[in-house]
Order: sequence, then C-alpha cells, then structure tokens
Amino acid sequence: MIKIDQECCDLCGTCVSVCPVDCMELKEAMLVIDNSRCNSCQICVRMCPFKALELVD
Amino acid sequence: MRKEYDVVVVGGGPAGSTTARFAKTPANSVVLFEKDREIGVPVRCAEATSIPDLGRFVKINPCWIASTVTRARLISPSGQAVLLNLPANGAVLHRRIFDHDLAQIAADQGVEVYTKADVYKIERSDRYWRVYVRHLAHDYCLKAKIVIAADGVESRIARFAGIRTQTVLKDIESCAQAMLANIDVTAGQIDFYFSSKWAPGGYVWVFPKGDHCANVGLGVNGAHFDGRSAIDLLNAFISEKFPDAARLTCVAGGVPVAKSLKQIAVDGLLIVGDAARQVNPVTGGGILAAITAGNIAGTVAAGAIDQADWSLKTLKEYQIEWDKGVGKDYSRFYNIKEWMTELSDPELDEIAELLHDIPPTEMNILTVFKVALRNKPTLLFEAIKLFAKMI
Repeated sequence: MIKIDQECCDLCGTCVSVCPVDCMELKEAMLVIDNSRCNSCQICVRMCPFKALELVD
Repeated sequence: MRKEYDVVVVGGGPAGSTTARFAKTPANSVVLFEKDREIGVPVRCAEATSIPDLGRFVKINPCWIASTVTRARLISPSGQAVLLNLPANGAVLHRRIFDHDLAQIAADQGVEVYTKADVYKIERSDRYWRVYVRHLAHDYCLKAKIVIAADGVESRIARFAGIRTQTVLKDIESCAQAMLANIDVTAGQIDFYFSSKWAPGGYVWVFPKGDHCANVGLGVNGAHFDGRSAIDLLNAFISEKFPDAARLTCVAGGVPVAKSLKQIAVDGLLIVGDAARQVNPVTGGGILAAITAGNIAGTVAAGAIDQADWSLKTLKEYQIEWDKGVGKDYSRFYNIKEWMTELSDPELDEIAELLHDIPPTEMNILTVFKVALRNKPTLLFEAIKLFAKMI
C-alpha cells in the first residue's frame, strides 16, 4: 500500500493526475488513497515533487 | 447560495474565472466554486506570459506585472549561454493579484463566487447535473444546466462525466519551485538551464520578479525520473547557484506537457485549462491557453443557456473552436516537445556550440530551432509556427 506523509504533501494533485487506476483523490484539503484499488505501481511515488509518498507493506 | 444555477464553474484559476466571466449574461446565473480559502493562492506557477497575447482578452492592470521580459538566456549542460530576443514583450506576473482580479472581473459581471467550497461529486439527472458542494462544514446539493471543469491538473470533475483524464508519464513534468530573495538577477531576462544534472527531460527556470527576487523552479519529465525527485534537484540547484538565497515560498506542482484531451465537451459539461491539458507542451506555459479556452467555453456556454440547449450538439462548438485554433498549434508543439525531451546532454551542448557563431542581432527562437533542427527538417515547419506563438 501507499503511505502518505501529510506533512510533506503540498496538495498539488500530480499523483492524482498520473494514477493509472484512479485511486487517489484530493478531498477537503487532504490527499486520500483507496488502497483497495491501488496496484502498487508506484508511479505516484516517483512523480511526487515533494517525496510525500512511499510504498509500504 | 441558490438551489439552481445555469452554469456552475469548478475552480477559481484563470481558466475558471475567464469562463465564468464570458458565460455570465444579465439573463442567466453563474456561480464559481474555489476549494481553497483564497482565489490566487497558492501560486503553483512560474508566472511568465506574453503581454500582447494576454491583452487580447483582458485589460492589463500594471499591478499584475512583477517584471517585464525582453530576452531569454538558454544555458547548455556545459554552461554555454545562448542569448536570444523574445518575439513579443513578456512579463512575469504576480499570479496572486492577477487571479484575484480575474475573479473580481467575473464578479463585477454578476458571477457569484464562493471560496472554501469543495465540489466533491457531480451526478447526471435527466438533462441536469446534481452538484454536491461542501462549504464551511455544510453540504449543499445544487441543480445545474452546465458544469465547467476548471479544477486543475488533478482533473477530477471530468472523471465524473466519464472522461479519462489520466496522464501518461512522458506527458507530465513533476515540478518544484521556490521564490528566492537576496539573489542577483538580470533585469528583463529569463534564464533556462537544460541539463540532465538539474532537470532530466525538463528544464530549470529563473524568472525575475524584482531586483533581487525570482521564481526558481524546475520540472522533471515523468519518463526521465532517475531517483531524484523535483525537490531534491531544486535544493541542489539553489545550493550551487544561489547559496545565500532566502526562500520566500516553496511549492510543488504537476505540469501536463500532453496533447489537450481529445474530448473537452460532453452533454452539459466543458473542461478548461490544466484539467483539459491545455498547456503549451514545449514551454509548460498554461496561462494564455487557460484564458483562450475560457473565452471560448464561456461564450459557448452563454449561447447554450440562451438557446435552452446545453447538449453536446451546442457545446461541441467549444471543442471545434479550440481544436482548430490553439489546440492545433499545441498538437504541433507536442511533436517538438517529444523531440526536445529526448535530447542528450552532448546533443544540447552541440546545439549551443553551433549557435555560438550566430550574431546576436540574428538570434531569436526561430534561429535556435533552425540550428537545433538541422537534422530534423520535418520539425522545422512546427518550429516556425512555434516562433509565432512563443511563450
């Protein structure tokens, strides 16, 4: 699953725009991930400008 | 807040405010929702644009202009600099003031504006949309004839209408920017650094906002990621080039360098700006595209409400106008971007070397492309088009 560091997240939406399975969303000033749909491709991890995302077990 | 609107605009950036302004007539109702607490903040933008082009859509307020720009300096990986004159007067804007004024211009026409208003869902219901908004801890459900998706790079609203907006990696730049103070900058000049050391598949920009102040940022192409994120690269660049700088802001952002979405109009919904991937793919500049699209989309929406037909049949006029105008230019520029992002450091140095012998009086963007594209004559036609539309 993808873990979000909410302190690092700048709410820029880059991850949302690249997620191939559309499982990320900016909701009321918070990034949320539906991990049940996430396929761990890590595209969001590499695209996050501020390193706010990481893949964890 | 009313229970019904003719047009609901989601997003208070230049695309949203411009669409709202042109959609509003004395006979209809238009509302604009911005999810952040203030229009114009945060500024996720390098803020450069062309003044004459902007002036075609809005009366320029001198307060918007942080600095004017007449030339660009392109710096190759080995440090060779190429100076070139820009075809039109450019400016680095204060987007904070600019965005605020664009919303105010719309408000002066009678557009209602709400901030801290998060549109979290839209649903089709017969010929209308049900628009769900959360505003200051209250949930509202409104009825709308037309929804304008101007919600930026995440492009969430269009997805509710069934449009796939996901961007492939080679078509997005992961960006970080700081506004630096206490630095030396050259007035009237914007700098671009091309190098895989600083910005793989992208570039670093230094855009002066005043005597000792500049937007310094960079973009990394998604397909060229080498383990270093945008913020790491930016920190490295600032430490080397501007070690004494103070950092007044620091923002992240994704810049689409894609072709604009194939479908930007459906029944009762138009997509504008970054949400529609309406960005110059070579420069990453999106201000003019957003305003151009907003002008068309707003005018088409106003006409649709007036004729009481907001189906795709009427709204597709927006798609047609965009596709035959700026959209056509940008799909050409996309080919140049595809070529540019693949240039290696030695190739970039070689281009800079060839440009070295060209007298400054003959140096302009077209010359740069003529030299750079000497082995790619098929792209030269696109480059000539680009020259006419640059920044």
